[in-house]
Amino acid sequence: MAMEQYLLMNPLKFPILSTTIFLPLLGVIILLVMRDEKAIKVTALITGIINLLVSLLLYFNFNPDTYLFQFGEFIPWIPAYNINYILGIDGITIFLVILTALLAPICVLCSWTAIEHRIKEFMFCILLMETALIGVFCSLDFILFYVFWEAMLIPMYLLIAIWGGPKKDYASIKFFIYTLFGSVFLLVAIIAVYLATGSFNIPNAMFREYSLTFQYWVFLAFAIAFAVKVPMFPFHTWLPAAHTEAPTAGSVFLASVLLKMGTYGFLRFCLPITPKASLYFAPYMVALSIIAIIYGGFVCLSQTDMKRLIAFSSVAHMGFATLGIFSFTLFGFEGALLQMLNHGVSTGALFLCVGIVYERTHSREIYDNAGLGKIMPVYMGFFGLFSISALAFPGTNNFVGELYVLIGTFSQNKVAGFFAVIGAVLAAAYMLRLLKQIAWGREDKRTIKDMNIREIIYLLPLALFVLWIGIFPRPFVHTIEKTLIHLATQMQGFFH
Amino acid sequence: MMLLLPELYMLLVSVTFLFISLGRRRKSIFMCAKLISLLGLVVTLTSITGRGWLFHGAYKIDLFSQVFKALLSYGFCLVVFMLDTKDEIEEGCLPEYFMFLSFSTLGLMMLVSSVELISIVISLEVSSYSLYVIIPLRKGQTKIQLEASMKYLFFGAISTGIMLYGMSYLYGMCHSTFLSEILFIFPKFIDQPIGILALILTLTGFFFKLSLFPFHFWAPDVYEGASNTTTTFIATIPKIAGAALLIRITMLASAGSSQFVSILIILSALSMTFGNLVALVQKDIKRLLAYSGIAHAGYLMMGILALSRDGSASAIYYITIYLFMNLACFYVVILLSKKGENIVLNDLVGLSKRAPLLAFTLAVSAFSLAGIPPTGGFTGKLFLFTSAFREGYLTIVIIGAVNTVISIFYYLNLVRMSYSKEAPLIEPIKLSFHEKALCYIFIFLILYMGIMPFGLLGIFTAAI
Repeated sequence: MAMEQYLLMNPLKFPILSTTIFLPLLGVIILLVMRDEKAIKVTALITGIINLLVSLLLYFNFNPDTYLFQFGEFIPWIPAYNINYILGIDGITIFLVILTALLAPICVLCSWTAIEHRIKEFMFCILLMETALIGVFCSLDFILFYVFWEAMLIPMYLLIAIWGGPKKDYASIKFFIYTLFGSVFLLVAIIAVYLATGSFNIPNAMFREYSLTFQYWVFLAFAIAFAVKVPMFPFHTWLPAAHTEAPTAGSVFLASVLLKMGTYGFLRFCLPITPKASLYFAPYMVALSIIAIIYGGFVCLSQTDMKRLIAFSSVAHMGFATLGIFSFTLFGFEGALLQMLNHGVSTGALFLCVGIVYERTHSREIYDNAGLGKIMPVYMGFFGLFSISALAFPGTNNFVGELYVLIGTFSQNKVAGFFAVIGAVLAAAYMLRLLKQIAWGREDKRTIKDMNIREIIYLLPLALFVLWIGIFPRPFVHTIEKTLIHLATQMQGFFH
Repeated sequence: MMLLLPELYMLLVSVTFLFISLGRRRKSIFMCAKLISLLGLVVTLTSITGRGWLFHGAYKIDLFSQVFKALLSYGFCLVVFMLDTKDEIEEGCLPEYFMFLSFSTLGLMMLVSSVELISIVISLEVSSYSLYVIIPLRKGQTKIQLEASMKYLFFGAISTGIMLYGMSYLYGMCHSTFLSEILFIFPKFIDQPIGILALILTLTGFFFKLSLFPFHFWAPDVYEGASNTTTTFIATIPKIAGAALLIRITMLASAGSSQFVSILIILSALSMTFGNLVALVQKDIKRLLAYSGIAHAGYLMMGILALSRDGSASAIYYITIYLFMNLACFYVVILLSKKGENIVLNDLVGLSKRAPLLAFTLAVSAFSLAGIPPTGGFTGKLFLFTSAFREGYLTIVIIGAVNTVISIFYYLNLVRMSYSKEAPLIEPIKLSFHEKALCYIFIFLILYMGIMPFGLLGIFTAAI
């Protein structure tokens, strides 16, 4: 495929994708020369906010009527290996980019008082994470993608290893090695695709005919990498440890964006590049998703640590996303993508809520934090909203996502749909249990301050998104629809 | 005359140091050495375009040899700058120390230009003898440096012997000691056991220099026993020349021999796996780096066993980035040891508070050694993996990939120790301007080679 066939050039006057990727890096460079802690925080916050505004331009200039990649940028990089600097976004990635840009300033705000030492390095890590994550979603070249994909590990590792909880050592190394293990298989798969197509160009590699054996092996290599990232059932064990030990900002990034890299990989690479293998392995992937949903639900029921509970609920929620992807229906795809977005908003917000209460009580145990309903009414308002969103209450964002996924799944596989519904019921059980405990768990006369303005400011946009997607999902679905319709049609073409 | 400029300059340098060593001891020796090495780099770079044959075709000057000479003299220059004024070498021996270092570099420079068996052996020995002498030059230690030098000597002698044995086979088959003529006749023998045997035995000398399994036994003990600077030199500079000759000699087999390649694959796989697994349990950082070096020799073989132009270019690229990242690691070790003692992992605790720049240099080089983007180590590995994969050696690529994961554990340990562990007592390490500048240079080089590889890769591809 020639370049112009898949990449629409940038309609704006400036390279907007490069700007969103590298603006945080610019912030890092500015931070290098700063000493005053307050100024460092403010600079990081301003960088994050400017970047958010820039990324919003993407939404307003996005053309929802095409499935092609937009805002394209192309610069040759390593010509000898046909490696180029190609950027572009489509319906799958636009909201992931905006979500990342939204979370970065939130993470700066939520660490405002929680992080007390090495503030400069902390802000470095946050901004570097933002660069790497947006880079992952915008890259249309395998090597560029892989560079961002791996580069993200370093700040995340440092976030856990330096500012983490008591078992940070164990958690950070486990996180690093687990994800790196997945990544090297990704690298092998990338090289295999390169040798088959002659370039590292991602759109170029999509929707070609590859031999069946090639597809099987490449699918497996991709799937290991992405399954670790999601994380799917047998590969999930790094997640609770990393989540529990990470500082709030780290958990938010982990849950809201990092895990999405895995499902994004399935949508972007596995389905288009290895469609027949995807179909062949789909029953296994569906089974693993169901196991993740139900297993995650049961484990959540027995948790006493708020953060661990939410971490395990991620396993279940992401199970819905993979279930949607491997239903191979348009509804499934839309549901999966919405679910990725929803999980990013709701779970991120729940982690922020845990962070807020942890800063006050220095405990994450559900029992220690029980009965906050009367003491912190504003907090309970937010917490309540996010928990009912996490259990997919109608009118909130997760309901829409799960509904789409379930419709997609039922149309393909009734048994899988049945089990997924059981998972949804379990979600209601553990989230309501948590909510009940936190709100009315016990009566006492503690004096805990309610949320302050700063905390309300960073939770408010997330709350708005919860309701917006829940009540009026049209703009979101409309934006992502064309790309997914194209994907679904292409996939159907391969199957019949 | 002009063609030999880098070699002549190095010879002149060692003679100069010889005369300095005869005269009165001066404090300015470091300054002098730095200027000389810097000038040497300039001289080598100016002669990079030289082409020609010397000594009846035994000595070849081409882009390949000149690129390697530039690397060697760059490495030499960095090592000299790293030595500075540390209390490692007996002060009385310093001029001799520099003399032997430059003499060894001379030998290596000759090695990369030699295209005749006898001159290869002679150059190799010239470079090795100097190293045999300087390994025991270490201040304030008891016996480990003697053991190290004996080990290096014995293993060096044995591997030279084996190499000569292989060369005698080559000569017996081809009736010539000139590589150009061997290249002509040898392909007839490459499928026969005798041909493979001759080639493998001949390569032994360079396997030894590269510390490739099973010729690695000297590495950990020598690294541990020799002074930090000597180790830095041994761990990097001879490896460059070793890689050069490996590439040059394996070209003999470029007609393709599946058996020869399978032997190389086995050596590569064993070297990676063994090096990485043993490195996991090391406490002494120099020993750790020795085992990491064994593993890296295995990675490097991936480019060589591809027996293709791409493969060789990627091998050169990898050895170049290895030079920088390894030197950066050793530099941290050198700066951390006050009296030239060996540094263990626990000495790194709290490094990020004591000297943030050092901790950062170590982190960058460790991530690069492990092959995490956007460092040069990743780009180098990508090229190696791709070239091996392109020739269809999927197995070794997967073994390499799995090894990357194993290795991350101990490289990450270096970062973990310096960043996340709490230090009991914190005394900041003051770095001079010179030391800071070198650290920044290393960081820059490692990142630059990761992000902008095309210029160098182009030169290396042209050089093959």
